[in-house]
Amino acid sequence: MWRGRCYEVTASPPAGPDRLTPPTLRQQFTALARDPLFREGLRDYAPVCLGIAVWGTVAGVAMTKAGLDTGLAILMSLLVFAGSAQLATVPLIVGGASIWVVWATTLCINLRFVVFSAQWRPYLAGVPLRQRILMSFFSGDTMFVLFMRRFPEPQPGPGQIAYFSGAAVINWLTWQSFSILGIVLGEAVPTRWGFAFAGTMALTALTCALLKDRSTWIAAAVAAAAAVWTYTLPLKLNIMVAITAAVATGVVLHRAAALRGMR
Amino acid sequence: MSSWETLACILGMALITFVCRSLFLLPREEVGMPRWLREGLRYAPLAALTAVVTPDILMTDGELIDTWKDARVFGAAAGIAWYFWRGSILGTMAVGTGTLMLLRVTLGW
Repeated sequence: MWRGRCYEVTASPPAGPDRLTPPTLRQQFTALARDPLFREGLRDYAPVCLGIAVWGTVAGVAMTKAGLDTGLAILMSLLVFAGSAQLATVPLIVGGASIWVVWATTLCINLRFVVFSAQWRPYLAGVPLRQRILMSFFSGDTMFVLFMRRFPEPQPGPGQIAYFSGAAVINWLTWQSFSILGIVLGEAVPTRWGFAFAGTMALTALTCALLKDRSTWIAAAVAAAAAVWTYTLPLKLNIMVAITAAVATGVVLHRAAALRGMR
Repeated sequence: MSSWETLACILGMALITFVCRSLFLLPREEVGMPRWLREGLRYAPLAALTAVVTPDILMTDGELIDTWKDARVFGAAAGIAWYFWRGSILGTMAVGTGTLMLLRVTLGW
């Protein structure tokens, strides 16, 4: 009868006047750790961990190599918990960018999560707010992919939160330990080993993954040309010029294609 | 940026990331996604990543590179080729960085 227990653990009802003592945090944790769906989440995530470990180490070393203070780099890893945004913004921070350019870049790179959040909604809309806030923090790219593969039907179901928790725990621990390892070891790793370039290549691969049709290729070409062309602007404003130009180009091309399709 | 400004910057980044991840999950009522947002979402991550990556590969000290003997260009080309062949992010990192190292060690580029 794991179903009943699972609900008890993950979405305990609000404590009413006639309710017995609510389970302590420790009891809740023990029950969760025994939940088969929690274990399934751990197990499903395990193969992804190799990639997360490499990616975390590269991001950590690249952050230190770019010149970010060790303490601040660790803080960023713990609080921001978004590898591609961290990798992309550290050189901007160190290179004297305006804080607004860094924030705008973070926003743009993380906008994909907005799409994910809309897709999480049918599963999690009924979960208590506090739990939803916590889950939002952990819902990175790989979490999304795994969860959607395990629960293809966009509706709430038993064990979803236990499954999410299992995957989230192993994801968070793996990422943080390897990222912090990279940050701490960063000083000892010679620059010529090319770890910073490994970070650039990781971002390049993510870029390639977004190139799907003609309008995305053209938008990317516009962004590349604009970023290089306006490189001498202060505060890394070239990034903003490139983003604006590329998004505008993309939207115009997309609408033009849609209009042609309608005729 | 000073240390304090960097700290503020990191806190802001954490907040922005959290808001992105929770935007449509937290409201009580169902919220539709406006069309302009959906279209912008298609291109914004691509634009930001390309804008950050391209100068890292093609520029030295604020100038477009003027020699083809640059290990980064070949490293990036090899990595991108690998991505479109195999579709693996880790493979792209390994092949791109490996090519760069090889050229640096053997030819001194």
